[in-house]
Amino acid sequence: MRNALIKKKEVMQGSIAVAEAVKSARPGVIAAYPITPQTYIIEHLATLIANGELKSRYVRADSEFSAASIVYGSVAAGERSYTASSSQGLLLMTEVIFNMAGTRLPVVITGVNRSISPPINIQNDHQDTMVLRDSGIIQLYVENIQEAVDTHIQIFKIAEDKEVLLPAMVCMDGFVISHTYEPVTIWKDEAVQEFLPPFSPVYKTDPQNPLTYGSLTDDDKVTEFKYMTNEALVKSKKKIIAVAREFQEIFGNHYGDLLQEYRTEDAEIILVAMGTVISTIKVAVDALRKNGKKVGVIKVRSYRPFPDEELRTALSKCRLAVVVDKSYSCSSGGILGSEIKACLYNQRGPSIINYIAGIGGREIFPETIKDMVVKSEKLAESGKIPDGSVFFDLNKQLLNNQLL
Amino acid sequence: MKEIRIHGRGGQGSVVIAELLAIAAYEDGLYSQAFPYLGGGGERRGAPVQAFCRIDEEPIRLKYRMIEPNCLIIQDASLNEAINIFQGLQKGGLVLVNSTKSPEELGMARPEYKIYSFPAAEIALEILKKPVMNTVMIGAFAALAGGFKLQCLKEAIIHKFPGELGEKNIEAMVTAYRTAQDMFGEEVQ
Repeated sequence: MRNALIKKKEVMQGSIAVAEAVKSARPGVIAAYPITPQTYIIEHLATLIANGELKSRYVRADSEFSAASIVYGSVAAGERSYTASSSQGLLLMTEVIFNMAGTRLPVVITGVNRSISPPINIQNDHQDTMVLRDSGIIQLYVENIQEAVDTHIQIFKIAEDKEVLLPAMVCMDGFVISHTYEPVTIWKDEAVQEFLPPFSPVYKTDPQNPLTYGSLTDDDKVTEFKYMTNEALVKSKKKIIAVAREFQEIFGNHYGDLLQEYRTEDAEIILVAMGTVISTIKVAVDALRKNGKKVGVIKVRSYRPFPDEELRTALSKCRLAVVVDKSYSCSSGGILGSEIKACLYNQRGPSIINYIAGIGGREIFPETIKDMVVKSEKLAESGKIPDGSVFFDLNKQLLNNQLL
Repeated sequence: MKEIRIHGRGGQGSVVIAELLAIAAYEDGLYSQAFPYLGGGGERRGAPVQAFCRIDEEPIRLKYRMIEPNCLIIQDASLNEAINIFQGLQKGGLVLVNSTKSPEELGMARPEYKIYSFPAAEIALEILKKPVMNTVMIGAFAALAGGFKLQCLKEAIIHKFPGELGEKNIEAMVTAYRTAQDMFGEEVQ
């Protein structure tokens, strides 16, 4: 039956596959500004519009700030709207993204993860999207191209739900997904359209019935206003889970609810991470298991909303959690690691070690993961769990030479 | 698992080699993956470029640059002076170099590897009238490495370059395949 839903199954580049998925969700307005490694997505969407395959208005912007502002306006006018960016481009969109969340406008954005300058670097880490964590945007991180395709289809439905109405972002690793070719299934437009009905906004701007978005508010109401955005994000958990399961029923693929657990049933040590590094960790976990180490991995699929209860449950039985962060907050440490520590603080949970790795595209190999596990076990056995986060792969020689 | 690393310069279509080999392998019922390494700022003409292709009978979960490839495709022999081109190559690894000079003349002969020079640029100039030899290199590589079906490679090329451009590139690829068979004789797998 599912074969009937397949448009094509072939080796495709991640960016092109994602653009095809966005096309099948038929956004009415797309506005973007190019930046590597995101550009191929919007380039392909522009081609699809130009050759008539997608009926949509493509607006070329003069910056990412403009691109975000344009889709802010178009979704307020009642059109499904989409943009994509990376790195400094996402930083430039940030002011608008806070506005999207606060005024409850469900723009869908692809964050193609790239390191933040300086130094200028086009490769992957998670710093750019993690900076947006306080805005109110939904963020789902994906592990491979097929998951990126399927999550794009799901995320429009989540964002536009009347009880959610928040901007939403698929975070996909630059190059590792965007520039990689793998076999991928693209679903028929009709199948996607049946799963994802047209956007029906609760309110929309209308010259005949003027509305104000983001009007001046004083201290008597601001807390409640912010609380409502917060509640909407917390409640979106249910919708994310429901949409993932509905997608599974129709299309057959499921990547976890908010988390995905792999070989955690009897695991004494659990690694936690997000994005494509999960695949590498799974390979390392399989190898470690062969040597008798009881290791598992948790993929944080939904980073915002933060799966606090789910993590508490999933980590309750292991003795050691190793969180691998591809981003950090200067002087405070790995961002995912810090938040997981915070959410387990009052529990009788595992010891937690947080490594910062994979910055600026530095490769994380299965050997790197095995090394992390071995070192973590030694630290735990000797009672020397580090209080803060540890930059895992620092080149001490470079530091000593003061080249940095 | 077959792990192929492709070296070239920006503009030579090295990433396309990886992509076409991946498509051809998938057409043949195998799993495959192709990706570039764009360190050094990325897509600049003339800059050293690396691309990678993995082919296996099982789905591929590896997401990192390969450490120990078993094949190298080198589009520009002068890269041997710029980088350690053999880095990580497994013993007995297959190396295909685009050059009219022998591996000895290029200073690239290594007893531990199987190195073949192939006049890809000449064939490209003759058939495509351009010094773009990526599909020529694919043909020669397929003849030397074995495991690729000519029909699947043709389908991959026409899928990527529909129409006359694809037809010409298929001609270039097939010519290179036959030429490599003639040149390397019984060494061809």
